[in-house]
Amino acid sequence: MNAVERIATPSAPVDLEEGGSSSMVTAEAAFRAIGLLALLLPLLLIAVLFGGALVDAVPRLSWEFLTGYPSRRPDDAGILPALVGSGCLMLLTASIAIPLGLGAAVYLEEYATPGRVTDLIELNISNLAGVPSILYGLLGLELFVRAMSFDRSLLAGACTLSLLLLPMVIMTSREALRTVPRSMREAAIALGADRFTVIRAVVVPMCLPGVLTGVILSLARAIGETAPLITIGALTYVAFLPTSVSSPFTALPIQIFNWVSRPQAGFHVNAAAGIIVLLALMLLLNGAAVVLRMRLQRRSSW
Amino acid sequence: MSSPKIHARGLKAWFGEGIALRGIDLFIAQHEVTAVIGPSGCGKSTFVRCLNRMHEVTPGARVDGEVLLDGKDIYGARINPVQVRRRVGMVFQKPNPFPTMTILENVLAGLRLQGVRVDDAAQRAERALRGAALWDEVKDSLNRTGVNLSGGQQQRLCIARALALEPDVLLMDEPCSALDPIATARVEDLIQQLRSQYTIVIVTHNMQQAARVADTTAFFYMGELIEHGSTDRMFTQPANVKTQEYITGRFG
Repeated sequence: MNAVERIATPSAPVDLEEGGSSSMVTAEAAFRAIGLLALLLPLLLIAVLFGGALVDAVPRLSWEFLTGYPSRRPDDAGILPALVGSGCLMLLTASIAIPLGLGAAVYLEEYATPGRVTDLIELNISNLAGVPSILYGLLGLELFVRAMSFDRSLLAGACTLSLLLLPMVIMTSREALRTVPRSMREAAIALGADRFTVIRAVVVPMCLPGVLTGVILSLARAIGETAPLITIGALTYVAFLPTSVSSPFTALPIQIFNWVSRPQAGFHVNAAAGIIVLLALMLLLNGAAVVLRMRLQRRSSW
Repeated sequence: MSSPKIHARGLKAWFGEGIALRGIDLFIAQHEVTAVIGPSGCGKSTFVRCLNRMHEVTPGARVDGEVLLDGKDIYGARINPVQVRRRVGMVFQKPNPFPTMTILENVLAGLRLQGVRVDDAAQRAERALRGAALWDEVKDSLNRTGVNLSGGQQQRLCIARALALEPDVLLMDEPCSALDPIATARVEDLIQQLRSQYTIVIVTHNMQQAARVADTTAFFYMGELIEHGSTDRMFTQPANVKTQEYITGRFG
């Protein structure tokens, strides 16, 4: 402390009322203005987009719209099959992506010996997170729809979306695993637990909220994915609800895409209403992630 | 002196390339409290972590030599470290109860983690909590998490968790360093009560604590055992000049 003070003491006393050169003050003000503009511009853009969709959608948003089946007449058309399809798709995707992603993360964090192979795997996982989603669609088409003959089913769709999400789920799960303090592992080992038990009974339960947060945020991204589902051949006109994982299906973004491409103005209104429903679902998922994260923080602060 | 419970013979330990223990020979008597003292980095924590095979859990850590527990080398070829840790319990510097478990689950965590089923789990938990002098404070909140327990209560919960496995030896690695004086006094009282049933090895940087609780004291310096003997003699007539300098506060 004393040494620091001695070093910091300038030879000449600093005039405390002098606020630095005036050119620096101007530069800072300009930077602030630019920063504010950079923040407001995208916000304004989003507000316009969202507001426009909302204005278009309000007359169409009704219980009948949510529970109706598609129709040739825009006023009768509803989104129930798409809504149910998206819901089933998300549930299935989560139940595929969570065990696979968590398993891969546990392996990389707990078992893999650091080395060139592990580094290569890690590098590829982060690269895969950036691969365009349509490529996952093409892979899904070849692998799940054709080679494994899942056909154009919910299962094929969920498998494809799981592939898309896996890199992100693995990365967030690894983050979550790393937050489990060493003292917790040592406590379990000192109580006579073997390595597998330490992971199963102590580490995974502690990091689960973090893993789920990551999964939900990835699902919020996946629920809006259109390209891979179109590639694997999800239907655009479905007048029934899926009955099993092998049922053909449609999903919200596909329904919206379909309506937007129709010439009649009435369908465009339907598309706007569908967009609002989709956005509401995304916000709901993000909200769930925030709640989970808050609960996690409360617990880890102990 | 009563019969030796633990006998370390030529015990050496490393962290990567750095040597932490340079050949320790030490008897630890049964049903006694042994304090391990010494300045920071002298190897006292490493030493107790070698007694339940926790040292090797640290990546890059290595052990050589023998530690005889009731005459049997715990570093022998066919020894299962899990069984060693079951007989030699450990309490850490910072209280580390499991936040995902209730108080009751924490106490019984050792059994659960080892996959041991016992019929008298509830009685065992009560026995352990009474042993750790915590029962009266938590008996009405067994199914709540330990989040609201104080630091001292958390540490006694960790002691209860170790006692529930009914070990022979209890290792305590600076168990009071994260506690306030009142909680420290409670833990020290507890150590006095536990000595009749357990062999206790306590690491401490606090010499008054060693003087208060220990029958025998071992002084470590730079990875070597400098001196070892009854606490009274160690603090009144240390044989080694280093010991004398340390306990009179000349360094450390």
